[in-house]
Amino acid sequence: MHKEPFLKMSKRDHIGWQKRLLIRIAALILSLIVCAGVIFALVRMNPMDVYKAIWDGALGSERRIWTTLRDTMVLLCISIGLAPAFKMRFWNIGAEGQILIGGACAAAAMIYAGDAMSPALLLIVMFAVSAVGGMIWGMIPAVFKAYWNTNETLFTLMLNYVAMQVVTYCIVFWENPKGSNTVGIINQTTQAGWLPELFGQKYGWNLLIVLVLTVVMFIYLKYSKQGYEIAVVGESENTAKYAGIHVKRVIIRTMAISGAICGIAGFVIVSGASHTISTMTADGRGFTAIIVAWLSKFNTFIMLAVSFGIVFMQQGAVQIASQYGLNENASDVILGIILFFLIGAEFFINYKLERTKK
Amino acid sequence: MKKLLAIGLAAAMAVSMTAPVYASEGEGVAKEDLKIGIIYIGDENEGYSAAHMAGIDEMVENLGLDESQVIEKTLIGENEACYDAACDLADQGAQIVFANSFGHETYVLQAAGEYPDVQFCHATGTQAAASGLSNMHNYFTNIYESRYVSGVVAGMKLSEMIEDGTITEDEAKIGYVGAYPYAEVISGYTSFYLGAKSVCPSVTMEVKYTNSWASFDLEKECADALISDGCVLISQHADTTGAPTACEAAGVPCVGYNIDMISVAPNTALTSASIDWGVYYTYAVQCMIDGTAIDTDWCRGFAEGANKLTALNEDVVAEGTAEKVQEVEDAIIDGSLHVFDTSTFTVDGEEVTTYEKDGTEYISDGYFHESEFASAPAFDLAIDGITSIVEE
Repeated sequence: MHKEPFLKMSKRDHIGWQKRLLIRIAALILSLIVCAGVIFALVRMNPMDVYKAIWDGALGSERRIWTTLRDTMVLLCISIGLAPAFKMRFWNIGAEGQILIGGACAAAAMIYAGDAMSPALLLIVMFAVSAVGGMIWGMIPAVFKAYWNTNETLFTLMLNYVAMQVVTYCIVFWENPKGSNTVGIINQTTQAGWLPELFGQKYGWNLLIVLVLTVVMFIYLKYSKQGYEIAVVGESENTAKYAGIHVKRVIIRTMAISGAICGIAGFVIVSGASHTISTMTADGRGFTAIIVAWLSKFNTFIMLAVSFGIVFMQQGAVQIASQYGLNENASDVILGIILFFLIGAEFFINYKLERTKK
Repeated sequence: MKKLLAIGLAAAMAVSMTAPVYASEGEGVAKEDLKIGIIYIGDENEGYSAAHMAGIDEMVENLGLDESQVIEKTLIGENEACYDAACDLADQGAQIVFANSFGHETYVLQAAGEYPDVQFCHATGTQAAASGLSNMHNYFTNIYESRYVSGVVAGMKLSEMIEDGTITEDEAKIGYVGAYPYAEVISGYTSFYLGAKSVCPSVTMEVKYTNSWASFDLEKECADALISDGCVLISQHADTTGAPTACEAAGVPCVGYNIDMISVAPNTALTSASIDWGVYYTYAVQCMIDGTAIDTDWCRGFAEGANKLTALNEDVVAEGTAEKVQEVEDAIIDGSLHVFDTSTFTVDGEEVTTYEKDGTEYISDGYFHESEFASAPAFDLAIDGITSIVEE
């Protein structure tokens, strides 16, 4: 006798945006309830206090708000860089390396050309060399993919380690003092190559650069011919070929753009925030950005919200670690639970569950 | 976004209304108004930061403060995160902020420039004096003193092994797991070596670097490599228990750093050279209470209790070690023994009579005046008997 399952799963044809939003909000609320349970079970603390501390840590003072915004912009910039590649189904997990190369190029310009040109020109040069550095680092796997069909996942991943070694090598020349393996703040007294204030805000330029990129990338992907080509290649290479799209060129061009934007993210980090270079400059953000890009379905404006959410939690983490002596890993647990629910919500958006009728 | 900013600004104003109480010239901060911020590179799971945490706890107890007056930030990297943390601590009303990692220094300096009313103290750093900022300070301890004494413990063990016939005189080779090839580490292993040599004259040493301050795997591998190179005793200037773990497995005696390693290597750990940071923290915060200036470069040793050895592992150390340790410590305290006595070592076969660094002559009265002109170690000569293997 064949037994019918209790629940039946079927793909949804269409779902309105209100319902989609509702499912996501429900997921968020559920995740916070589960987090509260976990927090209470593990450390016997009032979860509301912990949530409040997270809020304080991210937005509790003007400086903290700007720090959160600054880090949001970096994560957003990388996500924007990844968007076109992922939309083309080119698994660029080499953002870490592209950021590091971009950052190293910016740092090199700061160190070697810091006194040689006017501040404005230096910044433009840094911006350009970072973009070119990231672009080259992104194009290498693309060329191999286009002409010899190599696996881009492994290729881009491995290039991360190469980039890390390149930076380690550079540090040998730039470290201060010798042998200490730290470069420290570059041009601390002259501030040459530091992004200046904009509208009286230290991180104003970071905000402006990345927000402009956000808008441009949105338009590029949605309304330009090249954006359409990316979508077609991503859907099916054969269709693209049939439609007369030059697939090799699209792959290389798209990865050039992707790498260049990740390189620019390296510039924003080095010039606009850390003023140094180390193997920790990318700090795993090239991987976090993959989650951001996917959760946002490559919509750059949703990326802004998702990046903000993740950085918000990270900043909150520092606060709960310092305020309650909870290890920072505690907030990774919270973030993990929230992401689990949000990604899980996608299932309910794409499928519906029905009780089997008798 | 606007709404968000508005909320943030309101919160910032609320914070600024409880404005911190700053010390003015010659006037201290009342004990109950004190707020102390500290930035750690690691957390309680990492030996070096754990030693600083213990020092902070000791200071809180010594001065009768409340724990809520201390704001701790852990796992702060050597990048803008350190600058953010330092400014955030100042914003929270801390009148004095400490940071414990070498690479934090430039970021602390940046914050010190922006908050002239807050005192910033940076451990192991070198730039406070040159920065010209009166609120920037460096501190360290005469770690070379406790390294020297721990070297004596190692030398005693080697002499015992030679007498036992376990090794010959020529086989008395120490292996040293170093972090990075610069002055702090070089000064450390040289003093350790000189301590060992003072009781076991035939000793030689091989140094390898992990190029990391704290990596369990690298330190363990490094110790294994040294042991297979024929080293019969291992010491370390790196922050984890990697080396003692390798030594315990191989049955090779070892001397640790920062923390007691006996629980990790019960059959091989001799002792550890360690620092009592509480002495400085108590001093610096007491200065805040008294309203006196904090030394720009602070460095103390055995005499003030800022350096010590952890408990000797009685089952493993050579006979008479405790008495010898006491004797050497006393000699260091009363000044009759100088760790870097130039008659005890040679460079390229010759005694060193002069060494100038940053315009200062370090050698006079027959010894190298380590840590007397700046708090961070300066000795970086490659002396005979030590082979340093640098792999870039």
